[in-house]
Amino acid sequence: MEDSDDIVKEFLVESYENLDRLDRELIKLENSPDDRELLAGIFRTIHTIKGTSGFLAFEKLGAVAHAGESLLGRLRDGQLRLDGEITTALLATVDAIRQMLASVETTNGEGERDDSELIARLTRLQRAPEVVGQSAEDPAEGALEEPVPNIGDLLIERAGVTAAEVVQAAEQQKEGDPRHMGEILVERGAARPADVVEALRVQQAAGGQAASDSGVGRSNDRGNDRSVDRTIRLDVSLLDQLMNLVGELVLARNQILQFANSTEDSGLLATSQRLNLITSELQEGVMKTRMQPIGNIWSKFPRTVRDLALGCGKRVRVEMEGKETELDKTLIEAIKDPLTHLVRNSVDHGIERPEVRQAAGKDPEGRLSLRAFHEGGQVNIEIADDGGGLDQERIRNKAVQKGLISAEQAGRLSDREIVNLVFMPGFSTAEKVTNVSGRGVGMDVVKTHIEKIGGTVDLQSKPGQGVMVRMKIPLTLAIIPALIVTSAGERYAVPQVNLLELVGMSGEQARKGIESIHGAPVYRLRGRLLPLVHLKNALRTQMNSGADPVRLVPGQVSPDSVSIVVLEADGRQFGLVVDEINDTEEIVVKPLGQHLKTISVYAGATIMGDGKVALILDVVGLAQCASILAEGREHAPGGDAQVATESEAEKQNLVLFTGRAGARMAVPLNLLARLENIPGDEVERSGNQWVTQYRGQILPLIRVTHALEERRHLGPGDDVLLLPTTAALQVLVLENEGHSFGLVVNEILDIVESRLEPQSPATRAGVLYSSVIAERVTELLDVSALLRAGEQYEPEAAAKG
Amino acid sequence: MTSAHQFCTFYLDHLLFGVESQKIQEVVTYRELRPVPLAPPAVSGLMNLRGQVVVALDLRRQLELPARPREMTPVCLVVRAAGGTVCLLADEVGNVVEVEDETFEPSPETLSARLRSVILGVHKLEEQLMHVLDTDQACEVQAEGQA
Repeated sequence: MEDSDDIVKEFLVESYENLDRLDRELIKLENSPDDRELLAGIFRTIHTIKGTSGFLAFEKLGAVAHAGESLLGRLRDGQLRLDGEITTALLATVDAIRQMLASVETTNGEGERDDSELIARLTRLQRAPEVVGQSAEDPAEGALEEPVPNIGDLLIERAGVTAAEVVQAAEQQKEGDPRHMGEILVERGAARPADVVEALRVQQAAGGQAASDSGVGRSNDRGNDRSVDRTIRLDVSLLDQLMNLVGELVLARNQILQFANSTEDSGLLATSQRLNLITSELQEGVMKTRMQPIGNIWSKFPRTVRDLALGCGKRVRVEMEGKETELDKTLIEAIKDPLTHLVRNSVDHGIERPEVRQAAGKDPEGRLSLRAFHEGGQVNIEIADDGGGLDQERIRNKAVQKGLISAEQAGRLSDREIVNLVFMPGFSTAEKVTNVSGRGVGMDVVKTHIEKIGGTVDLQSKPGQGVMVRMKIPLTLAIIPALIVTSAGERYAVPQVNLLELVGMSGEQARKGIESIHGAPVYRLRGRLLPLVHLKNALRTQMNSGADPVRLVPGQVSPDSVSIVVLEADGRQFGLVVDEINDTEEIVVKPLGQHLKTISVYAGATIMGDGKVALILDVVGLAQCASILAEGREHAPGGDAQVATESEAEKQNLVLFTGRAGARMAVPLNLLARLENIPGDEVERSGNQWVTQYRGQILPLIRVTHALEERRHLGPGDDVLLLPTTAALQVLVLENEGHSFGLVVNEILDIVESRLEPQSPATRAGVLYSSVIAERVTELLDVSALLRAGEQYEPEAAAKG
Repeated sequence: MTSAHQFCTFYLDHLLFGVESQKIQEVVTYRELRPVPLAPPAVSGLMNLRGQVVVALDLRRQLELPARPREMTPVCLVVRAAGGTVCLLADEVGNVVEVEDETFEPSPETLSARLRSVILGVHKLEEQLMHVLDTDQACEVQAEGQA
């Protein structure tokens, strides 16, 4: 029985596809009832279902399909004109067939159902308004009999040839006329040669090799939509697996390329080049397999909207823009239900009844528009209606009444915040429960669903003008072109959509190009001031204490070259200062997972050609993060008058480092000239001091632990000042009152922005006080005291040495 | 509940830990991690696991143990947690052991609540105590400000 199971399975898959198409086509047909081609297509689809169900002995299914087909036949023959009632009946037929198929799928039987009412309705409609004698031919003589989109039919449909003439011509053929139908008709003057040629072309396009056949020749009735034949269904997990394998292949390819380039073997070189090309194409292809246009789910909406609108006596027109916008398959699945819910909501609650609309001076037909587009590395989907908008007062009252917010809170909320209350759990404004929405499980479920896939939902409402819900869906697994930049030795990807231009400066220009307005860096871009965000600062100032600190690169304090990436986010421009601009690349966006999702500055991660992971920056999040920080500075708590007047000093950039035994210490960044790595063998002894030659000067070096009182604990035998090794020394070059000296530290940890609040007094000389910086107790060093301590120390060391 | 359980064991700061072996997808050698600025402290970085970007969490940090000495190269336990695949960094992997319910004892009250949610209890092995980890909890990262 396996064979027959397979046939049934194939029948189901094919029929589901066909039914989905029928939904769409019937709605289209309702809007243009004279489109004969469309009608013929619908007829053929239903006919196929009927034929196959007859073959597979699904009698009820066959009966319903037959009734629907007969009605369609009347329509096709022009004996009936499609109206709303007929459309509804036909859609009901589609639904009935779909239900039976579902039942076949699960139970192998058509289920206990009685469709006699539907069949009666379809039959009754057939008889409407004037019954022309000639009954619709039953095209289902044999179970597998296919309809014949033959030349005759085509000519009737397209060229206005009468059925009677075709019948006569066919008769003539039967009587032995060897000529083709078209020829006979042309000869009889019933059709123009051009029409016949056109009909033949259509027939051929419809996949009929039978085009040149005689009029009774058959063609493939599914031929109108041949893409059906060219698609297969796959398990998405298989694609995931393929995707990962291709990723591995890319890495292997990269290694082979490197290897091949280092050999002289021209054969290997050529082969590896080919491997390179093939891999790239394969990668691209596999990535594309997961992408689907959003139109795939939108296509169901016209039907949904029609049924709903009819149910509540409204008229709604659906407009779609950006159907081709592609999203990852899993995302498409994930947003399907929320989108459907929003669409239903708009029709049920948003758009008013025609008479209300007319009274308000609006088109009685409401408009529901769906828009999708890529922006900022995300897919934006907007569902807008031109209905009455949300009643803010009612939402406010309802929210208070339901105890979701307090009355006092409600008074403080902005209009926009009020309307977004509908996303709170347990909120529903519908006064009566309809079969559509208003069961209290509504918008909050939409929100949870969207947030689960890392998206956001926002609602805007204008009283009397409608509601717009905007979803932003991340582009998981989408391929985007991106600019690769380097900051602090790590690569980041900036989505190309946000990119406006690149500015590079070097030498003198680099030092002078960046100016500042009260501490905020700016750059003059063609006469206009462009606010700047240092990527390093943006990624660090917020840094949660104790996170693995990003190593400081020596020499970064006054750079010799500056690269600015000019970006646009939410209509605002800003410059992102990075260390280096590398290249543009097509990257695959990978989600960051739950641990990092909350960090707004990242849109995801990607794997670079060398197999290393790079982070993708979220330009909008980055801009927000930077401006939030700016806001934070403006609204710095000003309770303490002294703090308020010294707001500059209050929050300072500090260099964090460790001294002996990992003790954490900090000095203000503004006292720091540079960070240097000085190789051990460049350290020399000058008199009683350790020094190094630095920029044409002699720079005294002091080890931080020795400059502090710790020296007391050292035994006399220790080479207390410095223990030169071949290893590089990490040195902070400090400048104070015209003197500079190098402070040798164990390890430079980080630069942080922190408020300086003495939390405990100093326990030793050379320390101003201890404070909690980055959640760790840190000693703030007194640089001038250190200098003095260092000086005092030297003779002592000399005496001992 | 069956009485015998299989655990994958590993060491953290000389303590023996165990995770139900079916939760472990694989154990891979340490590879360079991509640090993530601004990430919670327990996130050591991101790892490329055959084309998949996986978050690596330092178990020592998660379990409030002293930081791993710089010279020690950790191993990566790839686990399937509720929130997806996560890589947990441990010091060293041990054997797969089979234990009976009888040797189990829940964590003492004296452990902090956070740790008690991660360390379900111990199995009293002959040599040493094996701490039983709740993988899902071990893969949870304390969000900022929540601690």
